[in-house]
Amino acid sequence: MTVAALQSSGPPDPSTPDISPDAQLLVDMSDVWVKFDGKWVLKSIYLKCFQGEILGIVGPNGGGKSTLLKVVLGLIQPDKGAARLFGQKPGKQSRLNVGYLPQVSHAERSFPVTVLDVVLMGLYQQLGIFSRVRTAHRQKALEQLDRVGMKEHAAKPFGKLSGGQQQRVQIARALVSSPRLLVLDEPSTGVDSVGQEDFYELLASLRDNQRISVIMVSHDIGVVTTYADRVACLNREIHYHGDTGPWAETDAYQKVFGKNLKVMVHDARCISCMMRHAHHD
Amino acid sequence: MIEWIHLEFMKNALAAGMMLSVVLAVVSCFVVLRRFSFIGVGVAHSAFGGVALGALLGISPTLSAIVFAVAVANAIGVVGNQKRLSADTAIGIFFSLAMALGVIFIGMSNSYNVDLFGYLFGNILAITHQDLRVIALLGGLVLVSIWIFFKEFMFVAFDSEVAHVSGIPVRFLDHFFLSILSLTVVISMKVVGIILVSALLVIPGAAAAQITDRYVPMFAVAVAVALVSTVGGLWISYYANLASGATIVTLASLLFFISFGIGKLKK
Repeated sequence: MTVAALQSSGPPDPSTPDISPDAQLLVDMSDVWVKFDGKWVLKSIYLKCFQGEILGIVGPNGGGKSTLLKVVLGLIQPDKGAARLFGQKPGKQSRLNVGYLPQVSHAERSFPVTVLDVVLMGLYQQLGIFSRVRTAHRQKALEQLDRVGMKEHAAKPFGKLSGGQQQRVQIARALVSSPRLLVLDEPSTGVDSVGQEDFYELLASLRDNQRISVIMVSHDIGVVTTYADRVACLNREIHYHGDTGPWAETDAYQKVFGKNLKVMVHDARCISCMMRHAHHD
Repeated sequence: MIEWIHLEFMKNALAAGMMLSVVLAVVSCFVVLRRFSFIGVGVAHSAFGGVALGALLGISPTLSAIVFAVAVANAIGVVGNQKRLSADTAIGIFFSLAMALGVIFIGMSNSYNVDLFGYLFGNILAITHQDLRVIALLGGLVLVSIWIFFKEFMFVAFDSEVAHVSGIPVRFLDHFFLSILSLTVVISMKVVGIILVSALLVIPGAAAAQITDRYVPMFAVAVAVALVSTVGGLWISYYANLASGATIVTLASLLFFISFGIGKLKK
């Protein structure tokens, strides 16, 4: 993928460079269209996510990022085209392999649960209605808390934690059901920059050690280009879908723009997307 | 000071009040956690339409109130879930509609056999052994239901979006909860009245939430607040010759302000 490819305004390139042929395809969207109130909010989306990669989705607010995640999760059915999650139609069954982290927790700070209680919630669906939480489940939850470095806080009230700590606990809850894919909606919201760095290092280690895939939506282009393996720029339609790496290697641009090339090139793309849309709308 | 307990109607009122305290307290914790306080108000008022319908049709007001309140509660749940309408708008419309229908039904029935005032404000003199049996049966049903779905209710109250994505049937649980909330309202009508029962659907849980950040103590404190309010309220109302429902709710509110103060001091 070159700068020329970035600049092409043709249909998005659905090719997936640098992914070994035997890599498993977890998410596969092909020509997905979604309409709200008579307006297309997603147009002709082609998106793939493979096992063991971090896929970042960036784009302006109102560009359809959250809608895209909902299609991936099967919470919204596309009006046209098809989405596949683990090779199936996204829905209740395929979602069992997904850990989800919402943009902001809807929980009130005073909600009377401990950190351990929150992680255990991730097991409720597997447990079923009549079964109770047992020692083995608590053990499993504690293991996940240990993994995200929050084990010593297990007995604390969830509301007493900082934003970054709460986020780690929610990751532990997402991980406790052993998902193969994590779906994160704006994971940096409400977390300070040091906490953010730790958080993305954690995601990278999950990818490297567990081969867990991550799809994260963000308006923070810097974060996505730093930590994601591949990126998709979304503003109603996808304007770029490919590796983050090669962006930095385009030395001609690097000379002009310096080290922030990735961000700047991408920024420019996004702005031009918006302008093009302004023309069309 | 204890002769009041030996009065037959007081025995019934106390038994009813103590059973209801436990049910109302447990339900109120989820009302507060799920932020359903205003729905509680709406459902409680809509029970009035049901009582009036019972008077019109000549059937048991308890039965018609159950059917009516469950229907309205679920209608609020369905309509309030639409994108174009917020839940509080739906509640505002449905509970006034139910009250309006109640007034029309009374007008049509031309009969004043049913003690409507007693249903609105509570009438502890009217509590029969049959009422006690109904409270024990339906109240027990409410508690067992909550026990069965306890962890799911907690997850939905904590974060309904994540619960939904993880496969918890959030909409079913919300409707189910609104239905048992309606049952709770109906069995509480005679003791505290339709107008004031919504207070007891909120205050015990809200008071408990002020002073604890664990859920087991929260439920325990809520039950204690409800019991003290009900028994204390009945006792005060007897000696001071005050309306019992209003006294219970006033005492409960007082306990809320005390726990609010304690909660502030703890921080």
